[in-house]
Amino acid sequence: MSNTNPLLDVSGLTKHFPIKGGFPIKRTVGAVQAVDGLDFQVAEGESLGLVGESGCGKSTTGRLITRLLEPTGGKITYRGQDITHANRRQLAPIRSEIQMIFQDPYASLNPRQTVGKIVAGPMEINDINPAGGRENRVRELLEIVGLNPEHYNRFPHEFSGGQRQRIGVARALALEPKLIVADEPVSALDVSIQAQVVNLLQKVQRELGIAFVFIAHDLAIVRHFSQRVAVMYLGKIVEIADREDLYDNPRHPYTRALLSAVPEATVEAEPRERIRLVGDVPSPINPPSGCRFRTRCWKATEKCASEAPPLVQADGNKPGHLTACHYPEVRDAVPAPRLAKDPEAAA
Amino acid sequence: MTSTDQQPFLSVKDLKVHFSTEDGIVKAVDGLSFDIAKGQTLGIVGESGSGKSVTNLTILGLHDAAHTQIDGEILLDGQELLTAAEKELEKLRGNKMSMIFQDALASLSPYHTIGAQIAEVYRKHTGASKKEARARAIEMLKRVGIPQPDVRVDDYPHQFSGGMRQRAMIAMALVCDPELLIADEPTTALDVTVQAQIMDLLKDLQREFGTAIIFITHDLGVIADIADDVLVMYGGRCVERGTKKQVLGNPQHPYTLGLLNSMPALDGPVDVPLSPIPGSPPSLLNPPSGCRFHPRCAFAEKVPGGKCSSVSPVLELTEGRGSACHLELSKRDELFADYAAIAGHN
Repeated sequence: MSNTNPLLDVSGLTKHFPIKGGFPIKRTVGAVQAVDGLDFQVAEGESLGLVGESGCGKSTTGRLITRLLEPTGGKITYRGQDITHANRRQLAPIRSEIQMIFQDPYASLNPRQTVGKIVAGPMEINDINPAGGRENRVRELLEIVGLNPEHYNRFPHEFSGGQRQRIGVARALALEPKLIVADEPVSALDVSIQAQVVNLLQKVQRELGIAFVFIAHDLAIVRHFSQRVAVMYLGKIVEIADREDLYDNPRHPYTRALLSAVPEATVEAEPRERIRLVGDVPSPINPPSGCRFRTRCWKATEKCASEAPPLVQADGNKPGHLTACHYPEVRDAVPAPRLAKDPEAAA
Repeated sequence: MTSTDQQPFLSVKDLKVHFSTEDGIVKAVDGLSFDIAKGQTLGIVGESGSGKSVTNLTILGLHDAAHTQIDGEILLDGQELLTAAEKELEKLRGNKMSMIFQDALASLSPYHTIGAQIAEVYRKHTGASKKEARARAIEMLKRVGIPQPDVRVDDYPHQFSGGMRQRAMIAMALVCDPELLIADEPTTALDVTVQAQIMDLLKDLQREFGTAIIFITHDLGVIADIADDVLVMYGGRCVERGTKKQVLGNPQHPYTLGLLNSMPALDGPVDVPLSPIPGSPPSLLNPPSGCRFHPRCAFAEKVPGGKCSSVSPVLELTEGRGSACHLELSKRDELFADYAAIAGHN
């Protein structure tokens, strides 16, 4: 789906943060391998979900794509243009096309600026003067995200968490971007409010045809929002596929374990099979050799320790469903998390 | 499953917790009653500001007494807690009742080793020697699944991972074999695979010691996994109570229904919008009149005479099951089914 000129093409993307130590002269003594060789594409108007546990590098990936961080390796191509190491001036026209929505709606809005000023900010910085003036455009944007345009002169503290996140969305939309990186856009919100913001983002994506990189740890929300999903573990993509394929037929043991660990708000006589992983995610400073998941994997052999599995199409997988595992799970071995729906259980 | 037939271990009756602030009185908890028996897990669900944490801090006597006005009764194993002296409470806290907090890193002292912090609790309540307490700390760390407990006992909190810190907190909370454990969002800051480990651990420990657990969370999935009974809070009040099966499988209150409907399922439809609850949670400084949920409720106009906005519904329980809503119970099933159908779920 993404072979014909993807909007965003990432190959071998790597970010190692140096660790400085020593006295009196600080030198680099190691590196946090936050992101280590990512390959993926995002097509125009598509939403790619990035899931994984804390420390897997999903937020770093988002910041690399938006070039808030400088990659240490690999290549990022945006609409055919290599932006891996583009400087400020080269990035300027692209910055308006790639926008970001942040997790914390309290920390990401300047408390001393009015909503009008916050949302107009990107237009000011990029010196864009829409027809009808900036103020009109801001009012229009507030209306799109479901806020009252009359609230133009209010300050962020006058809004609830969900409303603030809407302001963040309006700001991201101000420059008519082609790609939005949303880093955990709903995880700081109350359950009853999350759905409001997810619906808003979905509306925006459909009506304005904006591509999304949707970073979240909530697997159900990612499935709802993203056509394709990539699962990350310790800086690597372990599996990437269309959402139906990934959730119904996980081939990587980690994907399977992750899906089975999600508690679901249903009451049933037969509980789902649960895979319990032991231990914690290892440190990205000193990741395990070979397959990074092997220390917690129940299938690991010596091969897993010596050879890193490539991200390839495993036997029987649909094109585009890539798995990085030497011993992928048998296809259709696991029934989908739940086949028949309990008529009593809502949701 | 409900605890009405036996003597409850903890009994909270008509609890009211009001804070006086510069802006007025915040009614954080407004008439809450519940019981919990030994060996039972009560799940309390609610959004931020619904009063769930305040309730539990009040049980432990950890509220700021100077700015708090409390009414009601809290009986722990027959002992009144609200009127008890601080000295008495000190003897109970960490001993007969203890708490696990959400943020393990913020709740552990960075300047003391994990072992010293666990041993301190044990020595205070049992008068054990330093050596005995250290042995006990190692034993507890082993029980909560910390590898190499005899080495890790001398580690500082920053040397532990998030999941291990939460385990250390649990070890500290359980060191005196408490009969009541209050867990305030203990897994919210953790990843799902680690969350699953911690919940298994709590279930095992409960089976072993018969501890009564109050488990506070906003995640209905976690509730489905761990609770026996469920209490749903909204705006400082209990809006629905029952067994887990009753509340999640057949909700009676529109708020519970709305919460369940607003969450996407791992196998739900993907091309329909989610069905959120409109609006946002109420301010407890100036809560809505009548039913506190009525401004957001999809069914408020189905009740004749605008009763929802004028009369506060009473929580009527039969055998521990009930909800606080003016909708006629007989009509609810039908209305709720229609609502769910429109919402595109089920």
